Amino acid sequence: MGQIKLEMVHYSLYYGNFCALRDISIQIPARQVTAIIGPSGCGKSSFLRTFNRMNDLISNARVEGRVFLDGQDIWEMDVVELRRRVGMVFQKPNPFPKSIFDNVAYGPRAHGLRDRSRLEEIVEQSLRRAALWDEVKDDLNKSALTLSGGQQQRLCIARALAVEPEVILMDEPASALDPIATLRIEALIRELRENYTIVIVTHNMQQAARVSDYTAFFFTDESRTGMLIEYGETKQIFTSPRDRRTEDYITGRFG
Amino acid sequence: MNDPLFVGQGFPSTRGQYRWERLKQRLAFTLLWASGAIAILALLAVVITVVLRGIGIIDLEFLFTSPRGGISGEGGIFSTIVTTLYLVILTLGIATPLGVGAAIYFVEYASDSHGKKVSAYMVQVARFGVETLAGVPSIIFGLFGYILFVSTLHFGFSLLSAGLAGACLILPVSIRTAEEALKTVPRSYREASLALGATKWQTIWKVVLPAAGPGIATGIILNVGRVISETAVFYVTLGGSYKLPSSLLSGGRTMALHLYYLAMETKAFDKAMGTGVVLIITIVVINLIVRYLSAKLAARG
Amino acid sequence: MKGKKSEAFWAGRVIEGILLLDALLAIVVIFLIGLLILIEAWPAFRKIGFVPFLLGKEWRPGKELYGLLPMIVGSILVTLGAVTLGVPIGVALATFLAEVAPPWVQKVVRPAIELLAGIPSVVYGLFGLAVLVPLVRQIPVPGNSGFGLLSASVVLAVMILPTVANISEDAIRSVAREYREGSLALGATHWQTIIGVVLPAARSGIVAAVILGIGRALGETMAMIMVIGNSVIIPKPLNSNPLTIFLSQARTLTGNIAVEISYATGLHENALFATGVVLFILIMLVNSMAHLAMRRRS
Repeated sequence: MGQIKLEMVHYSLYYGNFCALRDISIQIPARQVTAIIGPSGCGKSSFLRTFNRMNDLISNARVEGRVFLDGQDIWEMDVVELRRRVGMVFQKPNPFPKSIFDNVAYGPRAHGLRDRSRLEEIVEQSLRRAALWDEVKDDLNKSALTLSGGQQQRLCIARALAVEPEVILMDEPASALDPIATLRIEALIRELRENYTIVIVTHNMQQAARVSDYTAFFFTDESRTGMLIEYGETKQIFTSPRDRRTEDYITGRFG
Repeated sequence: MNDPLFVGQGFPSTRGQYRWERLKQRLAFTLLWASGAIAILALLAVVITVVLRGIGIIDLEFLFTSPRGGISGEGGIFSTIVTTLYLVILTLGIATPLGVGAAIYFVEYASDSHGKKVSAYMVQVARFGVETLAGVPSIIFGLFGYILFVSTLHFGFSLLSAGLAGACLILPVSIRTAEEALKTVPRSYREASLALGATKWQTIWKVVLPAAGPGIATGIILNVGRVISETAVFYVTLGGSYKLPSSLLSGGRTMALHLYYLAMETKAFDKAMGTGVVLIITIVVINLIVRYLSAKLAARG
Repeated sequence: MKGKKSEAFWAGRVIEGILLLDALLAIVVIFLIGLLILIEAWPAFRKIGFVPFLLGKEWRPGKELYGLLPMIVGSILVTLGAVTLGVPIGVALATFLAEVAPPWVQKVVRPAIELLAGIPSVVYGLFGLAVLVPLVRQIPVPGNSGFGLLSASVVLAVMILPTVANISEDAIRSVAREYREGSLALGATHWQTIIGVVLPAARSGIVAAVILGIGRALGETMAMIMVIGNSVIIPKPLNSNPLTIFLSQARTLTGNIAVEISYATGLHENALFATGVVLFILIMLVNSMAHLAMRRRS
């Protein structure tokens, strides 16, 4: 499996009395794409949002177990530093109502970078990596909200890249996009894999099969508590799943 | 990472930087907390000053004798309480039926599917008027009341002039709050009633108005507060006599107006403060009622 | 059966007619207000002339001199003072309530703001008269009476605080959650998120709140009469320090009307109605700016 980037050990997540995720242990490899699949409501998003502690924003959330980034407990890290190292791309493109340039420069500025020429370098570099540079290089001062949905999502990826994260969490990044924009995002994910550890939640099994190296299957029963059912190389999960429920899911028997 | 641009570029965001951002945040939040404290302190400063200096003067005699005029501001505030009550009844008695009726027409009739073009146009004109007047300072309503009722119609400085001017002041808000209350009634209520064979008016009377009741009531109570607080309009239409009004054409002074005269034209500061205490208590009670009503409204969803 | 139905039909018709009359009456009243004031003001504009009326520096009804400039300057300066004090606090208060304050604090502060909004303006005037004026009088500058722009601005700042805070808070709360999460996920602190994303996204709503606050300040009458001194002068600094302009007495447009209307006749009365028209136009200008700001938001 190579180097381990993220690791969960007996991790459970509660919202008040409701148990959203139960006893999850998983190791996510560095510089690979790991896909999280499963029916809706099985806690995929809550799982993903654990790694940059976005669940901390929910007032009655409570956790058990431990989560590590490069062997370091994420609850012992500075949350600002954690979130710089673990970037996130959301389901719905959410560029700020600012110019394209200011969107990408937002993160570096938040981390204290003021030098204009360095910012320009980072903006260009990030937009190039997100495969958006050629489309927007003449309109950097235009509002980000004028871009198409697919462009907005790539802008959000560029915005995440600009703070030099090591991990990128993607929460169904293509679910709000049309098929062509989706393919572009998928191609981009394959490229980013060279330098970043990517964890992607998707409800689209073909997408998981196309982009990921590893796949984790989440499932839930009537209690709505999410559980990790099976985890392994994508090829193995899709060709010879060990668990009956995984097989049922990927062959489309439910979900 | 093997990208030359990214290698070792690093951010200033070392641990020190994080600590600096944390510090900045703590500083900023302290200022925000201070703003909350300022709001409370401003309120306390006003209320405590007035209450401390005015509470001592309040007794049954203060409440139940009328002012006797004069530079020392002798007497109590009885006639001003009565005048205030009269004015509340008068203004709301005029403005509420007019405002609620107009709102019913605008919401239930004029915007109907079979509504004629003319009435749709009328609603637009009315809405423009209401929006415009809602932001107009009360002294302008005072001017209007003065020229129309006091002067042109020869009602003089009287309860009648003041009541009519006051009604004009609260009319725009009455229409708007009633409209909003009516609009919150779900369409399905109306459809259910109509489907049972009720006529339009029966539907409005039996279903829509009861459902909009708490919203309309809130608007009415808020208007009561507004009439009690209002001074400018009555300053130029009510005259300022401290005697108990004997008819609609008598002049008078409300509590708020009395406070103004005491503060500006007599040496009876403590009595002005006492009147202020009575006013503040009245407003607190009104706020509590509004709170109760909106809680009821929210509970209903 | 048929007869009964048509009875109900006619009853419905009659009620609709009554409501229509009601609605028409309401509209007539609303437009009559504007019309009557314009008619009464017109002779003043005709006899005095627009420009001399607006820019004249002398207001002496006894000498038939009607220049409104002192009151225009007075109204604008006192509003400026109130906005300078009240808006930063009001916006901070809104941010505090929407982003930072724990629920129990909100439960204390919110009713306090409600009560601040409900206290009659004469009570604020009384407070100004009893507390602020004597306090300001302590500032050792010759000619400082305590009455004047500073006392009036402070009173007015407290009075517009609820307006600014409530509407700004609505604007801040309506900022999409996605923006906040996007910013936090980049490692920005909560404060950086507020300053960098939330407040800019709520900007037009906050601008509208400020403008409505300005409208309220321009329209306030009684509290102003009580603390501003009411001298018909164009405020000037009392000594070499330009800030002492706020220790100067002044008169507002609203005060001008209220103080003089009950004994005015003839051209004097017309001039006071014209004062009302100027005030109205000023408020309309300010309000249409608010509408513009609101529209840009949606």
